Amino acid sequence: MSTIKFSIVVTAIGVIVWAATHWLGIDYAYFAGYTILQLIVLSTAWNILGGYCGYVNFGTAAFFALGAYSTVFWYKFFPMPLPVLIVLGSVVSGIVGLGMGYLTLRLRGAFFSIATLALAVVLQTLVINWDFVGGSRGAYVIHPENFELAGLSVHYIEYLFVLMLVLAVIALVTARTIERSQLGYGFATIRDDELAAEACGVPTLRLKLIATTLSGAFMGMAGAPFPFYIGYLQPQSAFALDYAVNSIAMPMIGGTQSWVGPLIGTIVLGSAQQYATVTISSAVNLLIVGLMLVAFVIIAPNGLLGLFEQLRGRKKP
Amino acid sequence: MDFDFNLLMNAIVSGLLLGGFYAAVTAGIAISFGMLDIVNIAHPAFVILGSYIAYYFSSTFGIDPILVSFLALPAFYALGAAIYQVYYLSFERRGQEALRGLAFFFGLLFVTEVMLLLTFGADYRYVEARYIGPSLHLGFIELPYRLLIPCVVALAIYGALDLFVSRTFLGRAIMAVSQDQLALQLMAADPIRIKRIAFGISIATASIAGALLIVIQPVEPSVGRDYIGRVFAICVLGGLGSLPGALIAAFLLGIVESLTSTFSGPSWAPAISFGFLLLTLAFRPAGLMGR
Amino acid sequence: MTALLHVDNISKRFGGFVALDGIDLEVQPGERLGLIGPNGSGKSTLVNCVCGTLQNEAGNVLFGGEKMDGLAAHQRTHRGLARSFQLPRPFHSMSLVDNLRIPLLYTVHARSGPLRTAADIEARCADLLKMVGLAAKSRQRPRDLTQVEMRKLELARAMAAEPKLLIADESMAGLSHSEIEDILALLRQLNERGITIILIEHIMSAVMSFSQRLAVLVSGKKIADGKPEDVVRNPEVVRAYIGQ
Repeated sequence: MSTIKFSIVVTAIGVIVWAATHWLGIDYAYFAGYTILQLIVLSTAWNILGGYCGYVNFGTAAFFALGAYSTVFWYKFFPMPLPVLIVLGSVVSGIVGLGMGYLTLRLRGAFFSIATLALAVVLQTLVINWDFVGGSRGAYVIHPENFELAGLSVHYIEYLFVLMLVLAVIALVTARTIERSQLGYGFATIRDDELAAEACGVPTLRLKLIATTLSGAFMGMAGAPFPFYIGYLQPQSAFALDYAVNSIAMPMIGGTQSWVGPLIGTIVLGSAQQYATVTISSAVNLLIVGLMLVAFVIIAPNGLLGLFEQLRGRKKP
Repeated sequence: MDFDFNLLMNAIVSGLLLGGFYAAVTAGIAISFGMLDIVNIAHPAFVILGSYIAYYFSSTFGIDPILVSFLALPAFYALGAAIYQVYYLSFERRGQEALRGLAFFFGLLFVTEVMLLLTFGADYRYVEARYIGPSLHLGFIELPYRLLIPCVVALAIYGALDLFVSRTFLGRAIMAVSQDQLALQLMAADPIRIKRIAFGISIATASIAGALLIVIQPVEPSVGRDYIGRVFAICVLGGLGSLPGALIAAFLLGIVESLTSTFSGPSWAPAISFGFLLLTLAFRPAGLMGR
Repeated sequence: MTALLHVDNISKRFGGFVALDGIDLEVQPGERLGLIGPNGSGKSTLVNCVCGTLQNEAGNVLFGGEKMDGLAAHQRTHRGLARSFQLPRPFHSMSLVDNLRIPLLYTVHARSGPLRTAADIEARCADLLKMVGLAAKSRQRPRDLTQVEMRKLELARAMAAEPKLLIADESMAGLSHSEIEDILALLRQLNERGITIILIEHIMSAVMSFSQRLAVLVSGKKIADGKPEDVVRNPEVVRAYIGQ
């Protein structure tokens, strides 16, 4: 179906999700939902560079935190509305993505991945030493208890939930549009065989830069509302390596070659994690992610989508 | 600015000693990444595993932690060989090592770290030995034994590895496999077996490096993360596949980190190694002594 | 007449190993050049340097009078240089049709000229597949192809870029006699349309029947360059290559 139809369908689903959550009336649903939606954006963003182009980014946390700290920074100057901060956050992260890509994308994929790790630590160190945004002590961001617009008043967390829902829709629609466009074909050639892609006339460096910029921008977009969500932003939580492992595991579990993969992976893994946190402990969370990542990468390299296609393929005459 | 020469010299010396230790941690990566082209980012987690094993046997049975690590070598070697076998069957053979291999090791990093966390808890663990505490004094230079001994052991490891690689058939085969797998096959040596042995050795070094680490500082499961960037920075800076290069790069990094820590404060130190790495990758990916 | 391709004294080393040592080569527009030499003589390195996959350390590569040095491989492809790889490098996650679509989208489309509709592109892909005899497998993936079919796909993909100069790097290894004839006929067809062809091969009969001119590379040096019947009688060539 065309992009416009798809956008309408996804938006409609989004509205239904909101309505259902609203009807439930429990704030916890918004908190949990926000986390899952945030992960959908992060894993979709990661997949644009990782799944489509084949370049593994370990620094998801860096771009996420950049978005968060961008919000803290701008908000201190002038308390602007959150949507504006989100745009600013994605621009900042996008620019950093471009810069880092320019420095490292001429090298092999493995070097790029290591460089992303390095970037995360360098940025974290810079932030820790920067008092204006709170440094290692952290930064408080106070938000009103309710969000008011045109006479409507909802709990702030519901506002954040809706915003993240919109961001998730944007991310999914963008990923799908790219996948089916000439750009998506170009990305796939980079993943399959970069040398052959160049020989066919694909400007690989330019495409890779586009991918890193977009990917970074979306991650920053996801991070921008985070200070409002958490209230007290610390470098350790913003730069947590957990974001990296989650944003890698979810697409790998769901399937990296399509926009659906990260969505499925996030829902599957996210639910497993929520369940584990509630029933066992939160430390077991990471163990589950790590084990599932290793298991899927070995057994089902194309993720759940790949397994599904294999099953479907066997049924054909 | 009051320039304290004593302070400077001591900072350089402890940087050198620390660098020696960094070299020990990097030895494994110099083999797995430098020679075998396997991006094992889980290596620091295995080092931490080594630390905990040294801690456990040292505190339970009173054996010297470094001695424990040598006793544990066969186990670590076996672990390395097993991991390589899985890696080879799942990824290398299918030619998918780029994306999936990296994800595999990343997952291993987390699994190892969390298992240690669940087993030992998040508290810092440390070992006790006679040489932790006292220092050797050469004039105004202070050489803490807890830094000196790991540095010496690290140099011994490099010496042993260098001899192994240049004098033994197996060692030369490992160098050969890093350069031309086909030629090695024609020599009737099995490249897969050679690589498995090499990777086993690389993980075995983690056992010793782990013991050295816990001699130098208290350890908790996530300490390994600080080292991921460091070891790759050293490996790239020193030139992939060059053991002497890695050693020199490690010393360099240790000194720079120590100077930064002493004169600008320890909160900037992590940025140094990782910043180094970024700059090296951006401008001189072949390293100081690269192939 | 200015040469279409002028390789001017290029050299390339890998560490201490000299792969190319001062190679001079000219190819005229519309020419059929054969390039032969023992394994490891530097033929593929030469191709890589000409096409931009590798950068030569000394000398120049001129294509259509323009210096290619410093240009990335994709830029050279846009200017009309195309090559097939000795070991086929298809895009594994795509169907054969999509494999051919890539050069059409990224090279042909990128050049100024009549804008092609999706239907045009689809038709062109189908044509190319028919030309190499792979039309029946158009929707399948490269992993379903035999080695021989992969070589044909490799050639088709190079052709899809609508080049001025096509370098066919050992496309005929492992083919049967009739399949070799098919490929040669295809290449001759392209040549008749004005495409300059460099044929790199070990199969002497194919090289001799196809080439107007023959160049010989041994250990990174060009030791002969002239009419095929003269070159094969050159004692140095016989000693270094044909005598093996």
